[in-house]
Amino acid sequence: MARKIRVLVGKPGLDGHDRGAKVIARAYRDAGMEVIYSGLHRTPEELARMAVDEDVDVVALSILSGAHSTLLPKVVQCLLKEKGQSSLDVLVLAGGIIPEEDIPALKAAGVDEVFGPGTSTQEIVEYTKTHLKREVA
Amino acid sequence: MRETSPTRGAGISDQLLEGILRGSRPHLARAISLVEDGAGEAVRLLSHVYKRRRMASVVGVTGSPGVGKSTIVNGLVGEFRSLGRSVGVIAVDPTSPFSGGAILGDRVRLRTHTTDDMVYWRSLATRGHLGGLSRHTGDVIALMDAYGFDEIVVETVGAGQSEVDIMKYAETVVVVLAPNLGDDVQAIKAGILEIGDVFCLNKADLPGAERTRRDIEMMLNLREESGWRPPIVMTQAHTGEGLSELVNAVNSHREYLVSSGLLEQKARQSHLAILNEYLSLLTVEKVLESAQVDGSLERALKDLSSGNSDPLTCASELVKRHLT
Repeated sequence: MARKIRVLVGKPGLDGHDRGAKVIARAYRDAGMEVIYSGLHRTPEELARMAVDEDVDVVALSILSGAHSTLLPKVVQCLLKEKGQSSLDVLVLAGGIIPEEDIPALKAAGVDEVFGPGTSTQEIVEYTKTHLKREVA
Repeated sequence: MRETSPTRGAGISDQLLEGILRGSRPHLARAISLVEDGAGEAVRLLSHVYKRRRMASVVGVTGSPGVGKSTIVNGLVGEFRSLGRSVGVIAVDPTSPFSGGAILGDRVRLRTHTTDDMVYWRSLATRGHLGGLSRHTGDVIALMDAYGFDEIVVETVGAGQSEVDIMKYAETVVVVLAPNLGDDVQAIKAGILEIGDVFCLNKADLPGAERTRRDIEMMLNLREESGWRPPIVMTQAHTGEGLSELVNAVNSHREYLVSSGLLEQKARQSHLAILNEYLSLLTVEKVLESAQVDGSLERALKDLSSGNSDPLTCASELVKRHLT
């Protein structure tokens, strides 16, 4: 029996816009996954703790505040610490308003992929399904 | 605090058991997934876990969608923590019958103790199980108990009339209500209103709260006399108003269960209910499996579609053939 894929959709930092996060949550749900929504205004520490407690395969972070270069690497750092791992078994994705030139640094900091405005939810779901770091069967 | 996450592969159940007893969160988290996914290793893990239970107190929180269950649970966590007790929370939300997916949104209300090491919060989906909980809720409670939480709080899905499974697992059931759900009160009075050990009338600042309180009082007056009359606690969960009274009411109910000797009786009933569930599951599996092998399932289905037999007769014949 294939196990359920669990996803944390997280909103880091002081950013009150979660329409995008809810659209993504819905798309993952419709793809048969279990989605935990963090709610607004979470710290990197809170998000990492949620990811561990909920035993998720994916952490999908939505950020539109412009603080991505500060907050997203921190989330990865907290995840590494909280899980006691040197390389994460969780797929870390980011979406929102993130300028092209900031992406290489985010990837170097451990964010696996960044999706900008206009990406279809289908594309994000497909990417997620094919890049999981833990076995599904 | 560095904790090593469990690795994949052989011996996973031993690894998880060892991690749980050592107090490692990633191990507890993975163990819950294993149990929820019905993995083969879960049977072995649980057989050890049940022997290591420490008998934590289990509180159930149920009520209609939108009455404030999650906010109440957040408040209960705070109250239990201020008493120095560690808390494990299980929050259940429904699975989509179409995609099998789910959005688990109870965490949105968790605003305090979010990085407290003495608090563990886990969201579960019903995965098609009826009754207001997930199929493996009892096993997840056992895992949290073996890990060592003092209190375990179980929040059901937004419940209506028949989501009463919670009474199998919780010693004390808190039914949360909100004012002006007159029609809802009517609708649920044969269901979840009957299982409340404590009533929590939330959003007590809204107009109509006093009338709703009187409605519940009246309903309670019609109940058969017993040694325990469920108290009605007025709360405003978003401000914390009434939460310490709520915890006091839960504690009083617990003391009553112990002093009256009902705790033991309750445990016996719930073990019977859970045993019942597993017996049904296993016998159905066994009958279907062997009926498939010798073709009697196929014959029964043909008889049913041709109108030569009825479901009850077919089922009794299958049971007679395959269970004896």
